[in-house]
Amino acid sequence: MKLALAGNQNCGKTTLFNQLTGSNQHVGNFPGVTVDRKSGEVRGVKNCEVVDLPGIYSIRPYTSEEIVTRDFLLNEKPDGIINIVDATNIERNLYLTLQLLEMNIPTVLALNMMDEVRNNGGTIDVQKLSAAIGIPVVAISAVKNEGIDELVEVITETAEKKLRPTRKDFCSGAVHRCIHAVTHLIEDHAAAADISPRFAAVKLVEQDPFILEKLKLNENEKDMIEHSVTEMENETDLDRNAAIADMRYSFIESVCEKTVVKCRESKEHVRSVKIDRILTGKYSAIPIFIGIMLLIFHLTFNVIGAFLSDLLSVGIDAVTAAVDGMLTSYGLNPVVHSLIIDGIFAGVGSVLSFLPTIVTLFFFLSILEDSGYMARVAFVMDKLLRKIGLSGRSFVPMLIGFGCSVPAIMATRTLASERDRRMTVFLTPFMSCSAKLPIYAVFTAAFFPKYKALAMITLYIGGMAIGVLCGLILNKTRFKGKPVPFVMELPNYRMPSAKSVAMLMWDKAKDFLQRAFTVIFVATIIIWFLQTFDAHFNVVEDSSDSLLAMVGTLIAPLFAPCGFADWRASTALITGFTAKEAVVSTLAVLTNSGTEELGTVLSGMFSPLTAASFLAFTLLYTPCAAAVAAVKRELNSGVSAALVSFMQCLIAWTVSMLIYQVGSIFI
Amino acid sequence: MTLDKLETGNSAVITAVGGEGALRCRLLDMGLIPRTKVMVRKVAPLGDPIELFLRGYELTIRLEDAQKIEIEAITEKE
Repeated sequence: MKLALAGNQNCGKTTLFNQLTGSNQHVGNFPGVTVDRKSGEVRGVKNCEVVDLPGIYSIRPYTSEEIVTRDFLLNEKPDGIINIVDATNIERNLYLTLQLLEMNIPTVLALNMMDEVRNNGGTIDVQKLSAAIGIPVVAISAVKNEGIDELVEVITETAEKKLRPTRKDFCSGAVHRCIHAVTHLIEDHAAAADISPRFAAVKLVEQDPFILEKLKLNENEKDMIEHSVTEMENETDLDRNAAIADMRYSFIESVCEKTVVKCRESKEHVRSVKIDRILTGKYSAIPIFIGIMLLIFHLTFNVIGAFLSDLLSVGIDAVTAAVDGMLTSYGLNPVVHSLIIDGIFAGVGSVLSFLPTIVTLFFFLSILEDSGYMARVAFVMDKLLRKIGLSGRSFVPMLIGFGCSVPAIMATRTLASERDRRMTVFLTPFMSCSAKLPIYAVFTAAFFPKYKALAMITLYIGGMAIGVLCGLILNKTRFKGKPVPFVMELPNYRMPSAKSVAMLMWDKAKDFLQRAFTVIFVATIIIWFLQTFDAHFNVVEDSSDSLLAMVGTLIAPLFAPCGFADWRASTALITGFTAKEAVVSTLAVLTNSGTEELGTVLSGMFSPLTAASFLAFTLLYTPCAAAVAAVKRELNSGVSAALVSFMQCLIAWTVSMLIYQVGSIFI
Repeated sequence: MTLDKLETGNSAVITAVGGEGALRCRLLDMGLIPRTKVMVRKVAPLGDPIELFLRGYELTIRLEDAQKIEIEAITEKE
C-alpha cells in the first residue's frame, strides 16, 4: 500500500512523518528536480509506504513543489492521502484539502494541534466536519504523538476499502454551473487521460496549461469552455481565478461556521505577536539578528564545534599514532606505510573534520527553523536580497557560508522553492569560508602588515561584491523571469521538538558522510599519490620532483597573466582543493620553510601586487572537495557540481588577471 | 486605495486583487480575495516587506505586490 502525506508548510507535516515512520526513512529526489522525496515504512503496518510530499498551499502549475505533488498524485496513484491540517489555522489549510478531494483519491484529514485549540477554549466538531467535507477526520497532536495510531487505523481502512471522498462539490450558483458544464464536456477526455473529471474541470477553468494539454480537447470544446467561463465571470463579477478561490473560501467559511467554535485569540498567537514586537521590531530586529548569528558562529566555530573538533583530532591522532607505531615495528614497506598513514588516515581525518561543524550548525539551524524564527529573518532581510532575484529566505544559508560552505550549501534544502535553492547554492561559495583565513593571515602579514585588517575586509567584501554581480547576471540569464512570489506565512513561534532537532542533525551527518566520503577520500588519495611519486613511480626524496610538482609546473604558465606563474603557487592551489588550509602548508613544504620563515620566503616569491592577485584567486576559485560534493548532492547532478567548480575557477582567474594587469599599469 | 498605502495597525476590506500568473494565484490561494478583511500588522525594519494579519494568521508580502491589491479602508475603530 502506498500513502501520500500532503499539507501546507508549517503545519507539522515533518513531525507527523517522523512519528509515522520512526527512523525507517529513505531520502531521494523527485525525478528531474531538486525536491526531496522522503518516504518510509509506516510503523506497525506491513507493506505500507508513506511518501512525504513537499509542503504546498495549493495545486498550481508554477513551482517545482506544486508540479511534483500534482504529478505524484496523478501518475503514481497513491492508495490514500493523509492530509494534515493545522487546526489552529483551519481556514487556510482546508483550501488545499478541497483541491485534494477533487482528485478522488481515498483521503483522511489529520487535524493537527487539536490540543492547542482545546487549551484555548475552542472546539472543532470532528463528526460534523467529516460529514461536511465527506472524508474521515482524525484529531491528532503530532508533537505529543497523540491520535497517531487511530490515524493509521483509519487511513489503512479507508485506503484498503477504497473509500473515496463522498463529496467533491463545494460550489453553488454561477461557479457551480460553470464547473458542471465543463465537467460534462470533458468527462470522456478526462477518463482517457486517467484524471478525475472534476479536478480536470476546475483546473481548466483556472487555465492550467498542463491539464489543457493532457486532455487533448478540440477547438470547439475549448470554445465552449471559454464560453462557460465568461458567463461565470459576468455573473460573479470576478475573474476566473478569483471566482474559484472565492468559491473555495466561501465553502470553507460556511463549514467552519458550523463546526468550529473559535476560541478567543489563542495564547500561542498572543505570545507570537509579543515576541515579534522585539524580534521583528523596527529598531531591535537587525541588532538581535546579528547578535543571534554571531552567537551561533561563536558557539559553532569557537566553543562547541572547536571542542568537538579537538576531541575528534585527539582521537584520530591517537589512533594514527598507534597504527603508525604498529606498522613501524612490523616493518611494513614504507610506501604502503605512507599510503595508510598519509593517504587513508589523512583522508578519513579530513572527512571527519567537517562533522563537528555540520552537526553543531544544524543543531542551531533546526532550532531557528522549527521555532519559526527563520521566517522572521526572511521578513527582516528580504529587501537586501531582492535585487538579485532572491528572497530573504536565502539570507541565513549564505551567511553560514562565511563559516563553512558545506553546511551552508546543505542548509539550502529548507528553501521553499527550487529556483531559490539552485541560485543560493551557486552564490554561497562567494562567501569566503573560514578555512581560507589562514591563507589570508599569512599573506596579509607578509605583504600588507600595516593594512592587515583593511586587506582582510577588502577580501570579504570583494567576494560578496562579485557574488552580487554574479547574482545579478544569473538573475538576468539563467534564472530569468521566474522569480517565485514572496508571499510567505509567518507561523506562530513554537518550541522546537528535541526529536526533530536530533533527527535533522543525524540526517545531515549521515547524508554528509555518505555523499562526501568518496569524493574527499578519493581526492586525498590522489593528492597523496601525486605527492609521493615521481614520473618513474619512484618515491620522491625532494618534494619538487613529485608528480604533483610536475602537474603544478605544467599548469603554472596558465597563471602568468595573473602574475604568479610559480610552480609552487600552482601546486599549493591544487592541494587547496582537498581543504583550503592545505594551501599554506603546501607552500611551506615546497619552499622548505617553517611557519615563521614562510612570510619572508613568500616575499621572495610574490610582490605585493602578485600577492593581491593570488589572494583574489584563492578567495574565488573552486570550493573544496567537500563543498563540491555538497553541491552535487543538493543540485542532484555531478555535471552541475563540476560546472560550479569550473565557473568559480574561471571567475577567479579573470579577477586575479584583471588585478595584476590593471595593477601593473599603475605600479 | 491600494494595500501598500494602508497604515500600520489599520484594517481594510479587499475589493480586487490584481497582478498576474504565479503571483496572483499565490495571493488568492493564501486567502487574499475580495471581501476579505486584512490588517497591516507592521512594516519590516528596512521599510519593505509588510506583515499582514488575515484569516487568523500572519502573512508577509512585498510593497510592490501589495500595490496590486485594491482595498476599502474600514473607518470604525475596533
